[in-house]
Amino acid sequence: MIYNVPYIAVVALVLIGLYAVVFKRNLIKIVIGILLIENGVNLFLITLAFRQDSTAPIYHGTGSRLMSLPIPHALTLTSIVIGVAVLALMLSLVIHIFRHYGTLDARKIGREEE
Amino acid sequence: MSLEQFIDLLIQHSPALIVAIPLIGAFLTPLIGKINDKVRNSFVIFIVLFTGFIVFLLANDIYSQWSKIHTYVFGGTAALKEGGFAIRILFEVDGMNIFMAIIVSILAIAGVIYSWAFMKENTGLDKYYTLLLLMIAGMFGMILTGDMFNFFVFLEITSIASCALIAFWTNKGKTVDAGFKYIVISAIGALFVLFAVAILYGQYNALNMAVLASKIQFSFLDKIALVLLITGLAMKAGIVPMHMWLPDAYGRAPSSVTLILIGATQASLYAALRMMFTVYGGKLTTTMNQIAELNIDLNLLLGIIIVGLALLTIFIGVLMALKENDFKRMIAFAAVAEIGYMILAIGAALTTIFSDTGATIGYMSLKGGIFHILNDALDVGLLFLVAGAIYYATKETSLNQLGGLARNMKYTTIFFLIGLLAVAGMPPMNGFASKLIIYESTYQVNPILAIIAILASILLLAVFVKVFHSAFLGPKLPKFEKVKEVPKSMLLAMGIIACIIIFIGLFPDLVVNNIVQPAVNALTNHSNYITTVTGGI
Amino acid sequence: MIGMSKIVKTITSAVFPFVMIYGLYVIAHGHLTPGGGFQGGAVVASSLAMILVAYGSVWVVGRIKEKHLSILESLGAIGFIGLAFLGIILVLFYSSYEGSFFKNFLIGQNTIPIFNEIGKGLSNINTAGVLPLMNFAVGLKVIAGLFVIVLVMAYATRVKEGK
Repeated sequence: MIYNVPYIAVVALVLIGLYAVVFKRNLIKIVIGILLIENGVNLFLITLAFRQDSTAPIYHGTGSRLMSLPIPHALTLTSIVIGVAVLALMLSLVIHIFRHYGTLDARKIGREEE
Repeated sequence: MSLEQFIDLLIQHSPALIVAIPLIGAFLTPLIGKINDKVRNSFVIFIVLFTGFIVFLLANDIYSQWSKIHTYVFGGTAALKEGGFAIRILFEVDGMNIFMAIIVSILAIAGVIYSWAFMKENTGLDKYYTLLLLMIAGMFGMILTGDMFNFFVFLEITSIASCALIAFWTNKGKTVDAGFKYIVISAIGALFVLFAVAILYGQYNALNMAVLASKIQFSFLDKIALVLLITGLAMKAGIVPMHMWLPDAYGRAPSSVTLILIGATQASLYAALRMMFTVYGGKLTTTMNQIAELNIDLNLLLGIIIVGLALLTIFIGVLMALKENDFKRMIAFAAVAEIGYMILAIGAALTTIFSDTGATIGYMSLKGGIFHILNDALDVGLLFLVAGAIYYATKETSLNQLGGLARNMKYTTIFFLIGLLAVAGMPPMNGFASKLIIYESTYQVNPILAIIAILASILLLAVFVKVFHSAFLGPKLPKFEKVKEVPKSMLLAMGIIACIIIFIGLFPDLVVNNIVQPAVNALTNHSNYITTVTGGI
Repeated sequence: MIGMSKIVKTITSAVFPFVMIYGLYVIAHGHLTPGGGFQGGAVVASSLAMILVAYGSVWVVGRIKEKHLSILESLGAIGFIGLAFLGIILVLFYSSYEGSFFKNFLIGQNTIPIFNEIGKGLSNINTAGVLPLMNFAVGLKVIAGLFVIVLVMAYATRVKEGK
């Protein structure tokens, strides 16, 4: 049962992130919701790599202990880099929106008539 | 080294070159841009033309044999499995992949030529061309890959680059708002895809599409992964409950960006097809008898759901297009309706293609759907280019202010007429050929589907005839006295696409037998895919 | 943003080289210990962000131009893709060579003997062929890229003096 706790945390993070994206009006809260979903998926990727009584997968040439899988570590790293790029882009767009409209309420932007 | 050997070398390394040459061009553009503007524009056009040439060589090679698959392993000579595990990234090109690559390269060439004159007065053009080449490289990578995580990386590259291009005119508030909506929906869709890839990896310890296809057993977690994959990819393709970003993003971006964005939307649709038919292909006929004790096959259930979504998409696309006043938003809603046509054909194919009696109807329907991908990209692309030309000449986007432009802009009017006839499905254009196949095949599945599809086509014709009359015909308005014809590079881009439309419309037989038929064969020939990619290395 | 007091500026200038050396260590040993291009680049970029916070964005923008950083970033990316392309281009020079994109062409060859030392121990840097060079290219790109993002955001949202 104790080994299921990371999976429960993953589902909780994804659901809270989805709630924040769908139901909140402030743009920064929507951005934080997307970050929560991304953190949940990264946690899921790392949890898949664990084997019982294993150590970090660094080859040190001494002894033969069990090592955890190294591929999900690389996948998670790539996903974190992509998350940084998406976050930088979203925050730049929020700066532009604030400079143009003066408000961060999602119901008041983008509705002007030309 | 002789020319023969050089061309052989190009064909052998072509899947990597098709992705890598726009990538290195994208990073060289800021350095070359410091010299001159014309040199940078010519450099970008040269890179896109060279990539198109390599796509053409590869297409020649693949169509020469029956159902040939060209695989390319990164970083090794030929060893895909070392000790029994597939550890290297693999690109594989078969008939379906090269079909999408041809579409993307035509759109890319037209888009880059169009943006020579359209974006000339803007600043920051270094970044514009860099992002454009990055987006093209990302799209080619999404199409040609055979590995699930690699597909996710290229999907994110494409969506980040295209979001920055949609929000290019940062001095207007609406454009930035459209970009923000696009990146929120794209990021969530891509994260769903990553979740599904992680579930599949955790069960089978394989990221390669062919190895997954041979090992998959349809357990409960696989069903969750299928739902997440299709939902995530449908968010990026603009199918109806998740289509909210499409009118804003297509309508407020610069027109050359919209043209290439159509390619990105259809590449996501291709990826959904690839997941359904190839990765889950062997299990599509399993009986799902846990749903309310109905003995229903998976492909039938999936087909019915997809056909339901398709009808909804066609309805909402056409009805919202009727009431719009803004030129580009109206064409964007018509694009939503056209995606509904493609999904209708694919859903009808899924329900009948595995049964014994309906297999020929299923193949015809799939042929119509895939042919419509090509036609829709060209038609809607041409309409967007015309809308951009009108914006460039008159600086107006609303239909209430336009009128009587046919006297000053003759060529643009002719191109709009060709695009109008093609979208509505009138005979000498290519829209007629693919829509006829869709009507015939869906009529045999269920007559109501064909009736709704024909009605929607007629309504689209009504919408665009209204636009044609109010924007081009009519008396000359005094404020448009000095409007001239648009510059030659924009006319050249529109002319290329119009010529291809008329060519496909006059000889649809050639195109269907030589280009669409290998794509359908490659998509449904599931066992050949697995044995060629994993066995013959 | 405005800079901070003189104590903060002095301590930042004293700590800054150590953080940079640590970041370069993480980049250079990427193939032996956990780390690599992105991680080390993020550490160095965070040290540059420390300078930005301590001295104020107006002062930093006066000394580092954004276009020089853009050239550095392009050089890093071109180095990475160039090393990947050399796997194919060497086919044109050596006729008995079977290459593919991203192939590690510095392992198992006798022309440049310095890269041929596989398995010699934990702290020997040139044991993996092309990998440390690619780590340097990616590290350079990440340093320039992340620093430009933070610098431009800080400069664009500065509070104007004297209303």
